[in-house]
Parts: sequence; structure tokens; C-alpha cells
Amino acid sequence: MDTNQYLVLFIDEGREHLQNLNDKMLALENDPNDLSVVNEIFRSAHTIKGMSASMGFEDMANLTHKMENVLDALRHKQIDVTPDMIDALFESIDHLEAMLDQIIQGQSDKRDVSDIVRKLQALEKGEAISNDSEQSASKSKNGAVESKSKNNEHGALNETEWEIVSKAKDVGLSAYFIKVNLTDDCMLKAARAVMVFQAIEGQGDVIKTIPDSEKIEKAEFDLTFSFIFITGESPDKIKHDILTVSEIDQVEIDEITQIKAQENIIESHHQTEKKETNKPKSTAPVQVNKTIRVNLDRLDHLLNLFEELIIDRGRLEQISNEVGDHHLKSQVEKIHRVSNQLQETILNLRMVPVETVFNRFPRMVRNLSKELNKKIELVITGADTEVDRSIVDELGDPLVHLLRNSLDHGIELPEVRKENGKSETGTVQLRAFHSGNHVMIEIEDDGAGIDRQKITAKAIENGLITLEASSKLSDQDVFHLMFASGFSTAEKISDISGRGVGLDVVQSNIRKIGGTVSVESTLGKGSRFTVKLPLTLSIINAMLIKLGEETYAVPISSIVETMLLRQIELKTVNKKEVLIYRDAVVPFIDLRNFLQVPHSDSEASKQAVIIVKQSNNYLAFAVDELLGHQDIVIKSLGNYLKNVEGISGATILGDGRVALILDCEAIA
Amino acid sequence: MSQLYQNKKVILFELNEETYGVSIDHVVSIERPQAITRVPHVQAYVKGIMTMRGLMIPVIDMHKRFNMAESLETTEERIIIVEMDDIMVGLFVDSAHHVVDLSPSQIEDAPDIVGGLEAAYIDGIARYEEDKLLVLLNLKQVLTTNEVNDLKKIEA
Repeated sequence: MDTNQYLVLFIDEGREHLQNLNDKMLALENDPNDLSVVNEIFRSAHTIKGMSASMGFEDMANLTHKMENVLDALRHKQIDVTPDMIDALFESIDHLEAMLDQIIQGQSDKRDVSDIVRKLQALEKGEAISNDSEQSASKSKNGAVESKSKNNEHGALNETEWEIVSKAKDVGLSAYFIKVNLTDDCMLKAARAVMVFQAIEGQGDVIKTIPDSEKIEKAEFDLTFSFIFITGESPDKIKHDILTVSEIDQVEIDEITQIKAQENIIESHHQTEKKETNKPKSTAPVQVNKTIRVNLDRLDHLLNLFEELIIDRGRLEQISNEVGDHHLKSQVEKIHRVSNQLQETILNLRMVPVETVFNRFPRMVRNLSKELNKKIELVITGADTEVDRSIVDELGDPLVHLLRNSLDHGIELPEVRKENGKSETGTVQLRAFHSGNHVMIEIEDDGAGIDRQKITAKAIENGLITLEASSKLSDQDVFHLMFASGFSTAEKISDISGRGVGLDVVQSNIRKIGGTVSVESTLGKGSRFTVKLPLTLSIINAMLIKLGEETYAVPISSIVETMLLRQIELKTVNKKEVLIYRDAVVPFIDLRNFLQVPHSDSEASKQAVIIVKQSNNYLAFAVDELLGHQDIVIKSLGNYLKNVEGISGATILGDGRVALILDCEAIA
Repeated sequence: MSQLYQNKKVILFELNEETYGVSIDHVVSIERPQAITRVPHVQAYVKGIMTMRGLMIPVIDMHKRFNMAESLETTEERIIIVEMDDIMVGLFVDSAHHVVDLSPSQIEDAPDIVGGLEAAYIDGIARYEEDKLLVLLNLKQVLTTNEVNDLKKIEA
């Protein structure tokens, strides 16, 4: 079978199920008695098993099968949830994720999982996990059919098969799970197996074989094969018929209906016991939205086309203004309104919830807190907040770093917390929410807070500031030093953070997607890092300014205020021009000089002032003229001109000319 | 070196009355001069940035790139849009006219210096139309290394 066309689907769904496994495992860890969660975990594992087996990824199928065995024993209350088991199941999920990654990279799913398989097998039998190597040698016969509890084999029945079994029961037939052991010296395993099926032919139907019939025919099994048989005959008669075939060592027959019934009992029992928590999960109708999957390239193409439309709209508006015809004007305004709605819709199409980034954090926090011997609770709010896809893609790494930072440096060890009168468990809040045209992401911990003295000492040591300067800095300024490159206060270098490539990388990554990052902290109470992001990257509202003969665009989001030059009073400090704005001394920058604008004879120079806000201070730009604001499409300058100082991109104006977009954060 | 141009079509252009050639494989289009926006903080030979079909294209002044004397503006000036290794730029030249077919036998290795141009920028010399000579440009060299290094210096 050509499975390539299904591979994409397999990868997509595999990811979804792995995520679900992760989520539900965390839920199980919090409430080990919740059987409904076990059932959900089982279902996801089962689906992965089915999918991977049909795609021919045997290692993956095998591992999930082993997981399933443990889970099945769990939901039949044969074993109890233990921390070891949770760890082992998480480890399995990690392996599965690694396999999926290998598959995505076009490799096979081959991976050494013998260690974890051994653990799972021990767990399944209710044994404690031992690291005895002898055991691993004897038990790691990968994939071999071993003496599993019989129930587990039934667990491999899918929904349709269950349906057949229950229908058969309705018409008075019985379903049997039949396990046939061939003798050790059996030479023609496949032939014997076929003879077994012939012997019972006509007495009922085989609905499933383990392994599948193809493998049985190729003798790809050890000495045991099993099948599910629906028949009206008695088990004794069937057993007798099977034993007529030579070289059969043993035949085990179990009726399946009981198992199903047992499962129902557990479920109903469970529901009465925990009505409030369980019922909504299992019985609430699932709201199904009608959706289609669309290739991202098509959405990108749509956006590109729309950007061209916006540029042409700008041209049209300009022409209409020049012509001054009323009909033309009103028609152009209509196009303006419709295209605005179109813009909103298209950008909405590209929005994805930040959940796609957040959902890996609970696992990460769990692992890290174990590693650090800290007790940490992660509280996520606003995971459904939506951001443009291109931003989400770049958001993962910086957030991982900030979170790690909070866990490592923020939250104290349980003993320390207790001494300071805090609860032993530290809390890290991860919040996302919309605020105007921005998306805010906050990471707040109730840990030690940032020690101003430590920061200044380190900054002085690294030559970032001088001792004299340090005393004059506000707390804000001091905290901001942490984002300077080459700064790391970690006393010992750990795997988690403090590798010297710290917050400066976070800051530059977030700047790259047009965002800013800031920090607030109270010593002893905790810290809060705030990441402020634009809603979308490609179309922004900008103020157009004139410098000599040239036109530049300044993102409205950077502008605090505009005023006329004659309204302000310039002062000179250290031979530099400044102005006082909102009680702050704001550097006054002549953009003409900064941008090396050629001199023109026009007298109209420096008439207006723009106050822009950088992450923690203001700047004043002297410009010749403000031309008004409009929506612009951000274009990159391309690969040839990377990182031009003070310029973040370019846009095409209504008259077809290119205007450069100022990067207010990078001008100093 | 010259195998790049074996049996290749080459677009001819002029700089200071000397003829140069660039393989048609790398040429996207040839445009008439249009509005070019100056970009600050870049190399002097970067004339600025222009737009073509929604794309931003930096334009290189080839006179300045090769430290040649500037020529007078004419109506013949053209911008050859070339693309190589994910880089798309416009080469501002005095004129661009026709295409020639070159066979390997017409191509010779470049002498050290040709028309004041360093050998690094040259892939070879070719004879065409009996007695004419053209210089085959090493586009990769024109577009990368030096600029990349220089730009990095500016950033630092």
C-alpha cells in the first residue's frame, strides 16, 4: 500500500494524540484515582498504536502496545498508579515523540526502547521497576508475544470489533478469545495455523487474528497465535476440533463478553462514585465545529495577494484625491471599508491560539521541578488567546527561556520558602491576553524576586556600567541590565539556565518579531516578565514622515506623541540636545543626521517632533513634516541587505515608491 | 571556472564602454530605471531599494561596485535583476542589449586584470561576433563575500 499520502495525516494526528497523552498524563498524576482519565489515555495510546501499525511503524506500534497493557491493567484495577509508573509512561511518550520526529525527518521509527519496554512489562505485572540487567536480558525480546494477562489482548479490539462481538451476543452467539500454542518442534508453523483455521471453518467466523493473518501465513510469529472467533458452538467442541491438528501444544479459550461487561461495571461504578467530576467529562456532548484543514502555503499566498491589494488601494486613494471626483471618492471609500473587513478576516484565518506554544510547558515544568528538587505549580490562563501564526512560530524559544529562568532563579527551594513563611510549593503564572493591538504574555512567579545588588555587582564586574552610574539607576533600569548581552547572574552554571546566552537572546528574539520584553520585581515577593507582541506582523498602521525629499514610516505603536518644534524647549546636556517630557530627560535626535539624509535647500526643515517609546525610555525625533498615518504592508529588505541599522523593513507607498520603516527600538 | 558558461546564453551589458556578460540563468528581468529609495548605513555602492512585483530589490551601482568613474545619465541605463542563492538584487548598468550564445571554445580564462577589474570578479573572457570581447562576470563574487563582510563590519 502506498502510505505516503497518509503520512501527513498520520503526523498531524500523531502529534495531537501525543499532546493529549501528555495533558492527560499530567491530569492523572494530579488525580491518580480518576479512571476516566485512564480511559482517555488508553484511547489515545490505542489510536496511535492503530495508526502506526497501519503505517508500518512497528517500533511505535510495539511501544504503544506495551503502554496499552499497563493502562489496561490500570483501568481494570489490577494495578495501582505509582510515581514510577507515571515516570515510565512519560518516558514512553518521550520515546514516541522522538520516533515521530524521526518519521517527520524522513527516517524510520527505529529506536532502542528495550529499557522502557522492560519497565512497562514489570509495571503491567504489578512489579516494582528494577534496574536488574539480568531481567532486561531475559525480558527484552522486543515485540515477542509474551505471557500477558488475557485481558490485555482483548484491549486490542477496536470499536467495530466490539460492535461485532456485541451484535453476535445479541443473536445468541458467543465470542471467544482463542490462544493456540504450537509445540516447540513445530516445523511448519504457517501450515499448522492454516489447518487450525480449516478445522473450525464453518462453525463460525474469525474476526481478528493476532498477529494479523498475513503474518500468520508467513509464519511471522513465535509459537503462539491468537484469534477471536464468533460461534454458536461450545468452547469444548472448538477446542477439541483444534486439537485434531497435530503439533498443537495447548489451546486456551476465553469468552470475551465477560470482559466487556466487567468494563461496564467499572465505568458505572465509577460514575456513581465521582459524579461531579466524572460525569461532565464522559457525557457532556462534544461541541463539534465544522473545520477544514488548509495548507499554510495557501494562506500565505492569500495574504501576499491581499498585501498587493492594499498597496493598490493606496494608489487608488491617491489618484482619487488628485482627481477630486465625488463618485470616484465614495466608491474608493467603499473599497476601503470592504478591504478592511477582508484584512481582518484574512488575518483571523492565520490566527492560532498560543496554546500551541503553551501546551508543552506543563511537561517541562514538571520535569524541571523534579530536576531542581523544587515544588512548582504552573498556572496557565488565556491559552486560547490568538496570535498570528508567524509570531507563534518564533515565540516558543524565548518563552521556554523565560520560564526556565523563573523556575531556576525565581522559585526558591522548598526549605527556603518554608523559612520565609511561604508555602513550599511555588507558583508560576503564565498568562496571555489581548490588550489593544497587542498580545501580552506574562510570566509571574512568587519566588525570591530580583536582587538589585546582585545585578549591579554583576553589571559592574562585566563592565556594563560603572559604580557611580549604578547608584543613579532606577530599579527598572537595573533590571533591564539583565537583558544586556553577556550578562548572567547564575552562581553555578546549570543545564537549565545561566549559560551566559540568557535574557539578551530572549530580548533579541522577541524584538525580531516586533515585540518587547520588560520585567518588574519585588525582592522576596517575586518577579514578572512581560512580553508585548504585535497582533500581526505583516500589516501595521504607521505615521509617514518627511525628511528632506525622503519619506519614512514610523509604526504608530511606537509613537507616544507628536508635537510641533516651536511647542517644545530644547536644553543642552553634555553637548547633546534634550527636552523634558513627562518629567524625563529625553534625548533629541535629528533624524536627518541619523539617516544621513542629503541636504536640501528647502526651509521647511525640522518642524515637528515625534516622541517614541523604547522599552524603558523615550526618544524625541526631529522631523521635517508629518504626512499622516495609513496602513502599510511590511516587507523585508531581502537577504542582501540584512540588518540595516535603524531600519526594520520597507513598504510600498501609494505612488509606487519605497519607504523605509524605522526601527525605533534600535535608534539611540 | 568557465564551464558555468558552456553553451550558455549570456546577457550582455555595458559599463564604461566595456562589454560584460552574465549568464541568463541568473537573470530575472531587465527593467528601465525607476524610483530608487536611498537606504542609510549601507555600502556606498548600494544605490538603494526598488520594488518589482511586490518584492523589495536592492540596487547595486555597478560603477561604484567596481570603483569605476561614474558615467553620465543616459536613456540607455538599465537595471538587470539577478537572483543567486536566495539573494535578489538589481545591477544598475549603462545599457543592456542583447543575448549571445557562447560555446566553450569561445571562452578563455581571465588574465589577472581586465579593465581595472580584479580577477576575483571575473569568470573568463569570451570572443563573440568575430572581433568583439566580453568579460564574463563571477556573479557570486559580485554579490557575496565582500559585501557580507563589509556589512558585518558596519553592524559591529
